[in-house]
Amino acid sequence: MRDFYGTTLDCMLMLGTAQYPSPHVLADAFKRSAASVATVSLRRESGRDRAGQDFWHLIRDLGVHLLPNTAGCHTVKEAVTTAHMAREVFNTKWIKLEVIGEEDTLQPDVFGLVEAARILSEDGFQVFPYTTEDLVVADKLLHAGCEVLMPWGAPIGSGLGLNNLFGLRTMRAHFPDITLVIDAGLGLPSHAAQAMELGFDAVLLNTAVAKAGDPAAMALAFATAIQAGHLAAAAGPMCPRDMATPSTPVIGKAFLK
Amino acid sequence: MKLLLNGASMDVQVGTLEALLTTQGLGDAKVATAVNGAFVPANFRGAYLLSDGDSVEILAPMQGG
Repeated sequence: MRDFYGTTLDCMLMLGTAQYPSPHVLADAFKRSAASVATVSLRRESGRDRAGQDFWHLIRDLGVHLLPNTAGCHTVKEAVTTAHMAREVFNTKWIKLEVIGEEDTLQPDVFGLVEAARILSEDGFQVFPYTTEDLVVADKLLHAGCEVLMPWGAPIGSGLGLNNLFGLRTMRAHFPDITLVIDAGLGLPSHAAQAMELGFDAVLLNTAVAKAGDPAAMALAFATAIQAGHLAAAAGPMCPRDMATPSTPVIGKAFLK
Repeated sequence: MKLLLNGASMDVQVGTLEALLTTQGLGDAKVATAVNGAFVPANFRGAYLLSDGDSVEILAPMQGG
């Protein structure tokens, strides 16, 4: 089992905390799935409703690792400043680094991402960059100081699954010793199982669970699929082939024509 | 003095960032602060003097994916 900046995870599910019908349902999803990591964010706080303080108490009581994000940041400066604010509030070096470059797909601005990753790594952050499956970008992120890479499965919130199987398979093969997490775009537990079967080390998702009819049950389904995919990858999947081969032995078959 | 607090214009009679947080009912809150786009760590708030026209952001934990 690979580690995440020196931390090993009991469950390879990283679960987002947004869009749940209620805080109770959110907590139940974490409890049922035993997800090891919760992604969180920062937003403006008002002294009138102090909504962030209630949320802080909720996530603190989950007893999981917190992975703050820089969601919504479109520039290096925004992302770096947000990361510093998140480090202070959540008391963690971990940062899920997002530098968004395009609104329709929320595709990362990989140029800004690499620059922000370098700045934050040099400042002691442990960066989890939300990136694409581009190998050149991945290599630059590693040189910038990242020890974990998080390529997208599909655009955030789309539920499309693994859009570029070739690219993701190639990435896994090209970086056999790097911790790789599929982040975003998954819609079904089978997508998560597929990611793990490809040899990825964890899966990060939010919408597919939060927007399910029964989020807690769906969280459990994802956690179970991730475990199955992980076991399958470790067991050594067979090589696919185009033509059929009989599984029942031919030798000894009766002549009955 | 006039400030832009979390995007809203307001008149305040405070000197430091820490005093502003107290008047906003967030003196004890789990928040992070930035002034004019630059992060101001919690232990600097008491000495950070605000100026007319400053833009202050007060951020707290929130749901995220």
